[in-house]
Amino acid sequence: MLSLIESMEVDYYKELGLDVRFVEGLTGCIHCGTCTAICPAAEFYNYDPRIIAETVQTRDSDKIRELLISDTIWYCGECMSCKTRCPRNNAPGLLIMALRALSVRTGLFTESEKGRQQLVMKRTMGEWILKYGYCLYREEMTIEDHPEQGPTWEWQNNNLDKLFERFGAKYRGSEPGPLREIPPDALQELRKIFDVTGALDLFDFIERKSAEKAKEMGLEFSEKLDCKYVNQIYNLDSGTHTKENI
Amino acid sequence: MKIEGKKRLWQEYQKEIATDNFFYVRSCVRQNFFPAAEQIFLRFMRETLGKSVYENPAHTTCTGIGYHCDVVPFNTTMTVVARQFSLMAEAGCENLAVSCITSFGLYTEILETWRHFPEIEEKTREYLYKATGREFRIPGNLAHASDIVYKLRNEIAAKAPYRLVNQFTGRPLRVVEHIGCHYSRMFPHKGIGGAEYPYVLAGLVDSLGGEIVDYPERRHCCGFGFRQYVVRANRGYSLSCSKKKFDSMEPYKPDLIITNCPGCPYFLDRWQYVVSEMQGKTYGENGHGIPVFTYEELAALALGFDPWDIGLQMHQVSAEPLLVKMGIAFDPDKKYLGRNGENFGRPEKPHFLKIDLDGLEHQVNSNQYSVTSNQ
Repeated sequence: MLSLIESMEVDYYKELGLDVRFVEGLTGCIHCGTCTAICPAAEFYNYDPRIIAETVQTRDSDKIRELLISDTIWYCGECMSCKTRCPRNNAPGLLIMALRALSVRTGLFTESEKGRQQLVMKRTMGEWILKYGYCLYREEMTIEDHPEQGPTWEWQNNNLDKLFERFGAKYRGSEPGPLREIPPDALQELRKIFDVTGALDLFDFIERKSAEKAKEMGLEFSEKLDCKYVNQIYNLDSGTHTKENI
Repeated sequence: MKIEGKKRLWQEYQKEIATDNFFYVRSCVRQNFFPAAEQIFLRFMRETLGKSVYENPAHTTCTGIGYHCDVVPFNTTMTVVARQFSLMAEAGCENLAVSCITSFGLYTEILETWRHFPEIEEKTREYLYKATGREFRIPGNLAHASDIVYKLRNEIAAKAPYRLVNQFTGRPLRVVEHIGCHYSRMFPHKGIGGAEYPYVLAGLVDSLGGEIVDYPERRHCCGFGFRQYVVRANRGYSLSCSKKKFDSMEPYKPDLIITNCPGCPYFLDRWQYVVSEMQGKTYGENGHGIPVFTYEELAALALGFDPWDIGLQMHQVSAEPLLVKMGIAFDPDKKYLGRNGENFGRPEKPHFLKIDLDGLEHQVNSNQYSVTSNQ
């Protein structure tokens, strides 16, 4: 298990090397820029995956730290188009995953606008996985928060039991089927896995580091999903991330 | 090139796909947004094709979206997946059938990781045993459910009363096939046709008589991007990616879009609605959108299942334009009714995007149209 790090004296390159995705993701970048040409994120954000590969390849711990506190590493959509196209079998997408994981376990994620969003990830799908056994749970998705769902979503929500019955399933039933209630002993096993592998400690760490940042920013912080800090990190777009004319 | 050489070259783009005795694991996204797609897949596999597909209600999320939102550590995800393998072994099954593309990509990534780093597999075994007392076996065969439909496509086509042919013109329907990124981008040799020439959906379309549309942004991501959709501040990324695809495919006048990832049909469906609300722009004919289907829905439609049992009323972009073109017999008045005819009311109409049979009156009035109605 990769440990949580609070010390300032860290060799960030060495830490990256402990992550198998970093080992698999970097075989020697030749700076051709193919990854950047194919990258959907590079088209939308001020983002260049080639620079990511170039930076970590320097093995310079200070430069890697700069990445860990930046918005840059949070722009990738992890579609892995870069992996397919790289003529040297690098995968900047995997490097990003290793960098993000390191940014979280060093607490440096709270230093950037996009990185701070990790608290939302923890409080939504992180907790939904443990509570329901699903990454997503439609009852947690409101139309106010997801207006893209359209009017059909509200109609579905008013008729879920009967709709599922029409599809030959029981909504929140105990038999095999879509959105069945995951049995309590299965949820218990899931929680134990999260405990043994360090995910619960990581969740607590994300909470603690976020609380510290909220205090520093003077924003109200509580366990509620709608506290001021969460509202800000969930909704704020400072307008500095995207290419011009998008 | 000699035929032998060609065969050797194309072998890289083939994969072994089991044909029976599956252990089925569901998709979080599909269960939430297109639950009937999984149900109808199981139904035609079991009832129409006579296959054995087993599932255990105690299987859970693979944590894939959490993993790709970088909040669930890799060790945790590997151990959760190892638990699914344990359930499969418990059921005496060896062939894993995966509903989700994120899961399929992740299962592939994990198996490849273990192959390259046996000590990581060993560590996962320790974690799983410590947490649950369970042990596991690696699947004999790993396939995405769309691989299985591909494998059985000719059998499906032979039993299908409907084909992807426009009943008004007699011409093949134009199909956009959209492959989920994690199907083969990471590990091309694990997908039919690899990442360069993915044939998993095109094969089904060919068997059903449709015509594939090749358009510039054919291989562009739908824009899920995990955190790029989950967090409201980032959602413009997701919408922009889908819009780029719509704008690119529009000149080719596709009759439908078919996808194999659970997330892609959701985004390609809902973002069409959003573009219509934001800009008054619609991409289909007669003020409709371009209908978006999952491969299970399309196969079931061709096999003659009732569109409303397939769950097409769960889509924001209406399927009716395609149903009419294919000459499918359906009752439009049953779209919003329950199994026993209970009336659920109707969803509100969007401001611009036409839904149901609106705008299709000229086709409905044609005597070639095979709609059946109680009224």
